[in-house]
Amino acid sequence: MITRKRLAAGVCGLLAAMTVALLPTPALAAGEPDADSSPKVELTLDVSGSMRARDIDGQSRMAAAKQAFNEVLDAVPDDVRLGIRTLGANYRGEDRKVGCKDTRQLYPVGPLDRTEAKTAVATLTPTGWTPIGPALLGAADDLKGGDASRRIVLITDGEDTCAPLDPCQVARDIAAKGIHLTVDTLGLLPDAKTRNQLSCIAEATGGTYTSVEHTKQLRDRVHQLVDRAAHPVVTPEATEGAADCTGAPKLKPGLYSDREKFAEHRWYRVDVRPGQELRASVSVAADRAVNNDYGVLLRASTVHGREIVRGSEAGNGRTDVISSGLRYPKAPSEGADEDAPAAETVCLQVSNSFSARASVKTDPGLPVELTVDLVDGPSDASDAAFFGLGHGWWLLITLALSGLVAGLLWGWISRWRVTVWRTN
Amino acid sequence: MRTVRTLMTAVLASAGLFGMAGTALADSPSPSPSGSAGAEAAAPTEAGTSFRTATAIRPDQPATASASTGDYLYWVLPVDAGQRATVKAKVTLPQAARHGAATWQLDVYDGLRRRQACTYGAQTRAAAKDTGSVELSCTLRTVRAWAEPWANDPLPGSYYIRLTVVDLSKDDLGLPLHAEVDATTADTGGARAVDGTLAAPLVPGASTATPQDKESPAARPAAMSEPDGGWSSGWWSDRWIWTAAGGLLAALAGIYGYRLTRGSGRPSRIPPGA
Repeated sequence: MITRKRLAAGVCGLLAAMTVALLPTPALAAGEPDADSSPKVELTLDVSGSMRARDIDGQSRMAAAKQAFNEVLDAVPDDVRLGIRTLGANYRGEDRKVGCKDTRQLYPVGPLDRTEAKTAVATLTPTGWTPIGPALLGAADDLKGGDASRRIVLITDGEDTCAPLDPCQVARDIAAKGIHLTVDTLGLLPDAKTRNQLSCIAEATGGTYTSVEHTKQLRDRVHQLVDRAAHPVVTPEATEGAADCTGAPKLKPGLYSDREKFAEHRWYRVDVRPGQELRASVSVAADRAVNNDYGVLLRASTVHGREIVRGSEAGNGRTDVISSGLRYPKAPSEGADEDAPAAETVCLQVSNSFSARASVKTDPGLPVELTVDLVDGPSDASDAAFFGLGHGWWLLITLALSGLVAGLLWGWISRWRVTVWRTN
Repeated sequence: MRTVRTLMTAVLASAGLFGMAGTALADSPSPSPSGSAGAEAAAPTEAGTSFRTATAIRPDQPATASASTGDYLYWVLPVDAGQRATVKAKVTLPQAARHGAATWQLDVYDGLRRRQACTYGAQTRAAAKDTGSVELSCTLRTVRAWAEPWANDPLPGSYYIRLTVVDLSKDDLGLPLHAEVDATTADTGGARAVDGTLAAPLVPGASTATPQDKESPAARPAAMSEPDGGWSSGWWSDRWIWTAAGGLLAALAGIYGYRLTRGSGRPSRIPPGA
């Protein structure tokens, strides 16, 4: 009986696996040339005066960047909509106020006309200031609209010269808008200050930082980043957890993003029907300088506050995220009310124990990524071992011995019975 | 006497059938990952940068990636019940003059993003200023078919590999490097088999990929990949053979024991010709 049940379960599992395996093809085919969902990339190039320095493979930084751009533009994947923005390209003067507004869109984000884009790049000459902050804001504005993933590739050779607008803070604020924006930064022969600033920008948005010393390296990296943008990624849905369970947002299965301040916790609610298994995982990203030791706790509890199960993780050292997960199989309902099984509301609590020095800004909070899954059929286990089957030499010896004893007993009993029968 | 014999025959026959069924079953399902389908696909030359963008790899398929020092590199591979996965990574460090030592680390997370312990292997290793490369390795616990929800035991599903530098001189940030990752899985057999199966393997987005949800234009995550031959249904293990063989042995021993009590001929106390 049990075996039959299991076989059925196995067949069901196989069917499910096959359906899952067959599913993605139509989904992929349907979602290809959709203008709203094709990824957007903006290459943001520093054209400040310092780009004149001739120290990359014997040519000027500007020439190296132009060469790299030309080769990258040739190889941009078709479904990527690409734009180019410059910073410090136009204003030659000494007025900081004007120089710090000097950022402009060289080529609009959209389907790429390679010749046009290349011509536009060819006209650039190193000129002015390095307004990174305003350029990031401008680039984020250029990438507006649609729900696709967005990427800014920032190429610069010097730190921002337009304080007090901290480009790192700007990047974090842009990322906090929940528009799936990543900033990848490339520093051309960067000094320590530039490196700190660029790696801070990258860290704040979940991007990467590269220090470039050769033309080939620049080309390969930009190419890689543009290619990466073309990869389809599931974009999370923004949500906002509440301070307690009663007012918490109800989540359906999916991927969610939220923000959580240092040592804060947030609640979410999920409805789990009997016979379903809830699977939730959470990642809290360290998008700024945090203290060395940190942790995350994900708790599932009933509406009355009784804890069901928890997942927790702690760590130390350099990290991008810290994550944990839990699963909660709800037993199938027994009895008559099978047709309308009442869903149980499970409260999910996400808390983090990140901390930072007092000088670190706490607003906006740390990015939280929450996945919620509900799969049908809770996992079940009825026996101590695999269907009660055994394994190993001890099993064989025991069975053989008990067989021998049984045989002997049987023989003796029948002999005894024969003797009794004979004597009578 | 006749009843005994029939019983014995029945036991023997059923034991034999059982054993044969066992071996026949052993041939038909092939949850082993060493199929040919995966080997045909080209090895990935990129790595993801987060759980969501992790690059899917297959066991025994070396993956490479070029990246910058400080990047967090993610791969994901399917591991099935009864398998023990070993992940090996090699980082070719930047050739440019480096400023200090660096510590590299390989972490493995399961489909629920829970960190998984390494039973052995150098998971973290420091590289001196002038070392050319670092090799890391991590062997997971054997994946079980089922575990209590409160346990952190490895379960069938996706496994994320994260490779990164955890400690370095800040001046070395962003230098180019090359990473190689190779995962292998070994079947442990029925010794580790447990009862029960999960409703679905621990694969992220298992339910979000179903059609009743709103059509998401972005494709499903790469982490959805499954082992060659699909996930095992969890009802085969070599325990069937062991138990069947034990039953057979018991039957034979029973016959032998019965024969012992019979002696070799007529009982000695019965006078000849009686």
